[in-house]
Parts: sequence; structure tokens; C-alpha cells
Amino acid sequence: MVTGVLPLALEDATKIIQVFLLTGKEYVCLMTLHDSVPTTKLLSIMEEFVGEIYQKPPLRAAVKREVRKRRVYYIKDIEIDDRLVLFRVGCQAGTYIRKLVSDIGEVLGVGAHMRELRRTRAGPFTEETIHNLYDVLEMSQAESQEKKEEITRKIIQPMESAFLYVQKIFIRDSAVNAICHGADLAIPGILKLTDGIKVKSTVALFTLKGELVALARALMTSDDIMNKEKGLAAKTVRVVMPVDTYPRMWKAKSSHSSQSLPQEQVQGAT
Amino acid sequence: MKDGEEATNQELSLVPREKAPWEREQSILDKIQEETDPSFGCIPEKRSLDQHVRFGLINLDKPSGPSSHEVVAWVEKMLGLKHAGHGGTLEACLQAGETQWSPACYH
Repeated sequence: MVTGVLPLALEDATKIIQVFLLTGKEYVCLMTLHDSVPTTKLLSIMEEFVGEIYQKPPLRAAVKREVRKRRVYYIKDIEIDDRLVLFRVGCQAGTYIRKLVSDIGEVLGVGAHMRELRRTRAGPFTEETIHNLYDVLEMSQAESQEKKEEITRKIIQPMESAFLYVQKIFIRDSAVNAICHGADLAIPGILKLTDGIKVKSTVALFTLKGELVALARALMTSDDIMNKEKGLAAKTVRVVMPVDTYPRMWKAKSSHSSQSLPQEQVQGAT
Repeated sequence: MKDGEEATNQELSLVPREKAPWEREQSILDKIQEETDPSFGCIPEKRSLDQHVRFGLINLDKPSGPSSHEVVAWVEKMLGLKHAGHGGTLEACLQAGETQWSPACYH
């Protein structure tokens, strides 16, 4: 059966769920081989499944059933007891472990199936910060307000913690509210960024206080953003921060356009 | 279960091909230096309790019985939330192959 790390997003944080779906995962998997196989053969076949693999989603899958490329970063901590094989696998989002196991079985020639699976990581979320349903129940039944606050702050974490391994752009205070109103991000609004941003990659727009403002799609690479002085750097996709959390800093061009957001003003009025 | 063959108890690892996102270093490039005004916004850890929940996440240990969807519904009810959602395909992994694979998947 499948257990383990399942990040839940509450209320307004549900807007960032797409980010969870894109993060890499780690599982501990118990595989049953349908016949005994020499250890050296087993390991050399499993080694073929590290790196880029081709996978056809299983019959009952949430996605279209066409062969797709996925990355298996590592397979480690393998323990073998005759037909039972326990291992830890780190992989790209959307890798079907049950399929991986049955494919390993097929290449081995004896067949195999996944007996048990536990997810030990989803992006930055690991078993170190995991809480179970009883902890949530305890939080909901806390007797005093102080106790409730204490437990709530222990069990619930800010949504920003989901972005540890996501590309980020930090923006000026003066650009924040324009983004919250749906404007795209222009270079003058940018203060710092993570390296390795590619065109079309998902980026998170952050304030200097470390608050998430919006999710965006990069229109430039990190190098371009560093080298250029103007132009649109990212297209806003999903706004998370409520409008007017930060003051409005752009000026209307004319009395009629007070509600519109000319791109060149996104940089702010400072 | 096995005849005469000895179980291998040592842990083995295969040569990794590339680093997982959590094994890579992320470095920050500074373009312009600027301060942020403390009179608006607030650092995520300092949010009021209401806001902390509203913009919060729970790293939940999913038990094996219920579906991810059911688990979300329970948490919503327990905490009196208007809305919650799960991020991830744990459920899809659980159910995706079950029709394909033998009853062994069920125990």
C-alpha cells in the first residue's frame, strides 16, 4: 500500500499546488520478484533504470497513455532477500514506480511487482517535518487558544517553504502590487534571482521579506535578466498575494487608464 | 522462501547519473541592492494565526487506507477550512496500476 509524504495546501495556498506536482520525489519501494535472480544480474539491470528512462503510463493513469521520458536520479540503499528487494529511488515528478518495478521485472525476464511503497520526499518535504492525521486532530481539539496556536504553528508551515528548490525572482516593493493586479514583471522591478532560469521555466516571484507574490513563467534566462536593463522578464501566471497588501506605486497615464496597467510602469514609481 | 542461498543484508547503491533537485546548490544572483519597507507586508513566519492557516501547508503522512482525496476532506472538516488540496500523485501511484497488478498489491 502507498503511504508517506503528502503535502496539503490550505485555503489560499491551494493556488500553488501546481508547484508540488512538478517537484521531484523520493520513494522507498518493496519489490517482489516472481523468481530468484542472481544479485549481480539484478543490480546491473536496475542500473539501466538510473538516468533517463522511457515509461508508458499504466492503464488507469491520470495522464495520456503515451511513452514519455522521465529521469531517475538515483537508486540506492538496496537490500535483497531472495525475491524481496527493498530500495530507495529518487525520481522526476510523474514517474510511476509501479511501472518502473514491472519494467525491471520484464527486463530481468522473471517479472516483478510492487509490494509496498512509501513516499519519503516531495521536493523540500521529507519525513523529518511530517505530521499524521492524529496530530491534525490534536490541533483541532486544542483546549486553550495558546495551545492551539502553539500546535498550529508547529504543524502548519508557510506556503513559501514549498519553494526551496524552485527558481525565484525577488522583486522591488514598488512592483509588488502591480504584479498582484496581474501585470507581468519587467526587468527594472527585479532585485535578485536564482541562477539557471530558462525561458518558459516556472518561477516564483518573491518580496524581499520572503513572501510569495505570484507564480510566473520566465521569458528570459537568468543571464539575460542580469545583463539587460529593460524588457519583460516573466509573465505572471497565478497571483497568490492578495491585492493591496503592498501599496500601489504606479501612476496612471491618463484619467481613463487608472485601472489599466501599462507594462512599462510595472517597474514602479521609485 | 529460499533454498540454501544466503540473504544479502548489506545495502547496495547504484551509481547516480545526475543530481536530484535537492542535491543541487541554488545560488542567488544580485542585480540591484534595495531595502524593503517594514511598514507593509510581513515575513511568512510572522503572520497572524488566521493568515498562517490561510497561506499554510501541512506535510501530511498519508495513511494507507483512505484515498488522498478523502484525507483532504477529513483535514478540511477537522480544521473547519473552506478549501484545501493535496499536491502530488500519491493516490495516482496507488491506484494507477492496481487493476493491472495481482491481488498481491492489496495486502
